[in-house]
Amino acid sequence: MRLDIAIQRRLDDPQRPFALDVAFRSDAGRLVLFGPSGAGKSLTLRAIAGLLRPDRGHVTVAGRTLFDDFRGVDVPARDRQVGYVFQDYALFPHLTVAQNVAFGLRTGLRNPSRRRVPEAARQWLEAFEIHDLASRYPSQLSGGQRQRVALARALAPEPRLLLLDEPFAALDTALRGRLRDNLVALQERLGLQMLMITHDPADVEAVAQQVLELRDGRIHPDPRSV
Amino acid sequence: MRPEIWQPLLLSLKVALWATGINLVLGVAVAYGLSRWRSRLNATVDALLTLPLVLPPTVLGYYLLVLLGRRGLIGGWLDDLGLNPVFTWQGAVIAATLAAFPLVQKAARAAFEGVDVQLEDAAKVLGLKPLAVFVRVSLPLAMRGIVAGALLAFARALGEFGATLMIAGNLPGRTQTLSVAIYSAIEAGDDAGANLLVLVASATCVAALLLASRLTRERTPRRAA
Repeated sequence: MRLDIAIQRRLDDPQRPFALDVAFRSDAGRLVLFGPSGAGKSLTLRAIAGLLRPDRGHVTVAGRTLFDDFRGVDVPARDRQVGYVFQDYALFPHLTVAQNVAFGLRTGLRNPSRRRVPEAARQWLEAFEIHDLASRYPSQLSGGQRQRVALARALAPEPRLLLLDEPFAALDTALRGRLRDNLVALQERLGLQMLMITHDPADVEAVAQQVLELRDGRIHPDPRSV
Repeated sequence: MRPEIWQPLLLSLKVALWATGINLVLGVAVAYGLSRWRSRLNATVDALLTLPLVLPPTVLGYYLLVLLGRRGLIGGWLDDLGLNPVFTWQGAVIAATLAAFPLVQKAARAAFEGVDVQLEDAAKVLGLKPLAVFVRVSLPLAMRGIVAGALLAFARALGEFGATLMIAGNLPGRTQTLSVAIYSAIEAGDDAGANLLVLVASATCVAALLLASRLTRERTPRRAA
């Protein structure tokens, strides 16, 4: 199994106590976690990426255990080799497109140079046809361009799994259809496993090879009870 | 220029620069820590750290004397090492640093709280260690607020009077800063000297403000056309 997840986490927000209890395994290249907002989709992604610590469970990506409370394994987010495309893309506003794409290629204390773009970043800029925008800032881009920058930035460090948090929600409807097709083509070309979360049935229709439905912090129907 | 003018001016600039420099490190570190630390004690710590802003400077100076004086809690220990800050320009730096600390800390904290935590998450997922996340993402995005706070702190340190007088005294050429020199000149009935010192002090503050507004402009990332 490429992806093997079991996550339990309680959130003690007094206004809205919430319990996440999600377990699934999948070999699908394009796995979609589908459900209404507040179902725990983003929490699941954050736990896989190492941004949220589960109380119990395990996270295994491409055969590598990233979290296992029983064995005391908790790989920090920076070492998980998991790509993440955030809902509103979270591009660094003080860096150019080229610097954003090159960001994860050097992990030291200095940001990538504005002028000299590393070869690996240049390839991703070309692959996503954003090399003409290389010296622009995120505030100067359209929604579709931002999404491409976010994808290029997430893919440049060669992750083993790509997490996508509602990647089409910030785009207008006319653009969505085309970009869904692009994402499917990209996944088929790279052979990289993707886990996308969405509340939009049209996303599921266009992208998913396997769908898991999430409601109130649980998968329905629970694969463990089948 | 007469030494009665430039000596206090140079000393004040030296003291204010040191105080600002120390606060840039200390104030920014504390501000970042507090902006990312969730605790019920947060409000109490914040109130304590803001105290130098509202306490009468003489009260602040008195606390410093109690702490750093020859028989003080830290002063006695420092005295054994041959380091006594009372009646030295370093004492004036300590007074100015303390008085200006809340200005940097508050401005920097507001700036860090304005930085989207998701950007820090994105940097973590892209492989950065916590220090690199701070240096490459949080700090540059908070820079405008920090520079603005540092400017205010510099002006506050330049004008520090009460606490400075109590811990560093009024030794011409050694611990007599601009504000203390103005007070001395008026006390001595030297109106011409006081006028000149007041003009120098005002001009220095205006220059500092202009410089800071230029600095903040240059640090701003370009916006969409």
